Amino acid sequence: MKKFVNEVENILTESLTGFGKAHSDIIDVRLSPDFVFRKNKSQNDKVALISGGGSGHEPLHGGFVGYGMLDAACPGQVFSAPTPDQMEAAANEVHKNKGILFIVKNYSGDIMNFEMGADMIEHENQTIIVNDDVAVEDSTFTTGRRGVAGTMIVEKTVGSLAETGALLEDCKIFGDHVNKMTASMGVAFTSCTVPAAGKPTFELSNDEMEFGVGIHGEPGRRREKIKSANQLTDEILETILEDLKPDNNQEVLLHVNGFGGTPLMELYLLFECGQKLLEKKNIKVSRSLVGNYTTSLEMAGGSFTVTKLDADIAKHWDSAVHTPALRWKM
Amino acid sequence: MNGDQIFNSINNIQIIIKNHKEEIEKLDQEIGDGDHIFNILRGLDEILNLKEELLDKPVNHIFKQLGMKIMTTVGGSSGALFATLLIGMSKKYSSDLSDLNNLSEMFFEGVQSMKKRGKADVGEKTMLDVLIPVSNNLIELQNETDFEKVANNINNVAKDGMLSTKDIIATKGRASFLGERAKGHIDPGARSSQLAIEAICNQFINK
Repeated sequence: MKKFVNEVENILTESLTGFGKAHSDIIDVRLSPDFVFRKNKSQNDKVALISGGGSGHEPLHGGFVGYGMLDAACPGQVFSAPTPDQMEAAANEVHKNKGILFIVKNYSGDIMNFEMGADMIEHENQTIIVNDDVAVEDSTFTTGRRGVAGTMIVEKTVGSLAETGALLEDCKIFGDHVNKMTASMGVAFTSCTVPAAGKPTFELSNDEMEFGVGIHGEPGRRREKIKSANQLTDEILETILEDLKPDNNQEVLLHVNGFGGTPLMELYLLFECGQKLLEKKNIKVSRSLVGNYTTSLEMAGGSFTVTKLDADIAKHWDSAVHTPALRWKM
Repeated sequence: MNGDQIFNSINNIQIIIKNHKEEIEKLDQEIGDGDHIFNILRGLDEILNLKEELLDKPVNHIFKQLGMKIMTTVGGSSGALFATLLIGMSKKYSSDLSDLNNLSEMFFEGVQSMKKRGKADVGEKTMLDVLIPVSNNLIELQNETDFEKVANNINNVAKDGMLSTKDIIATKGRASFLGERAKGHIDPGARSSQLAIEAICNQFINK
């Protein structure tokens, strides 16, 4: 294992501490229980947004704490859900008299730990479960689709709505709506190495990829020979569009997300493939985001996320945001 | 039942889990993401650190504190579920009952809480495929006086449950994302749960 590390068991604490120092103008980091929270709290009452999940997906979620997005984020161990006392401590720190909205990716461990956290707090609270990954078939008999790169789009847009002083119930309804309008799917060219394990979670030979992979270096839906970027774009976007069923001339946000080990040069190439294909289908890409936002340690590969835009989603995507990993208009 | 026995059992669980570390890790890497063994080992270390502090405390207090420690240090599904098990068990302890009666009632209550928390049942390729049959079997055997017989019975029920996960298509947890691909693999949580039960049962076999 070649990683920047002193003692494996200190990776998270050292990284979080460094993160806090590097962005000390925007966020603060509290340890034991660990959480990241906004330094400049809103003067007005607002719904407090708290997300969290296993570490290893940086900048998700701590990188999205700040004005116009999250109020706090609870990082767990690498790829493991955080513990309920982290959510309790974060909620008590950031609540602003209008309730707490938890944003949780759809994994059993995250859901259980956030539920237990919610049981421990006295503030009114609601939870949005994000499940944008269309690689996993949804059915009432399974855990259902995973939450992946679309999560940050829910965090950005609901964060913007909450900033206007909207009610908890309205933020919850809007977040569920954005989630429904969002679909993602990705491909991995390599696995990744969880520091505590010290070796890759799986092995892929030079000409293989995992199609429909998640964000934990877990195996995907199927293993295949690698294909051209255009072919991959075709297959991924077909699956996404089947799910979203966009109208003719539908405006969308197209997000190309890197998993951590793929250069931006390739991600922009992938965006070009995606934009061209959507244009051919009379879908208008009017908003875009390209970069490593929801990563899986050093895994190579990436994903497409498409969000169907209506006036509200577009407005709340465009509004000002100031976080360590996402910043515009301020 | 007392603190000595409880911590002795946890000690034995730690030994058996450590002896099967590579195997559990491999099972998890095949159908999960490889974090299970590290979460379990961290949890065991954390609760063994409580030994001195808790050794002489009442049994229900010990179980509750063990559950709280796991809840706040382990994370992931296994942290939430094992914490729920132990806290659930702590609620049912009664000093009027025999050890086996107590253990049966406590374990049944704990497993019921886990079912609720995980919204899962038998047949979903999880640790509950081991723990539910064991809790039902314990209730049936709770008035038995031959502890070795009980231990052998429970041991077998746990092994059957663990092996049954091999051919199930998961509907809960990470493995559910793999669909058919997870078939043929034993669930790592079922394996670690079965090993923990084996460690406890072995205390009563050939003694």
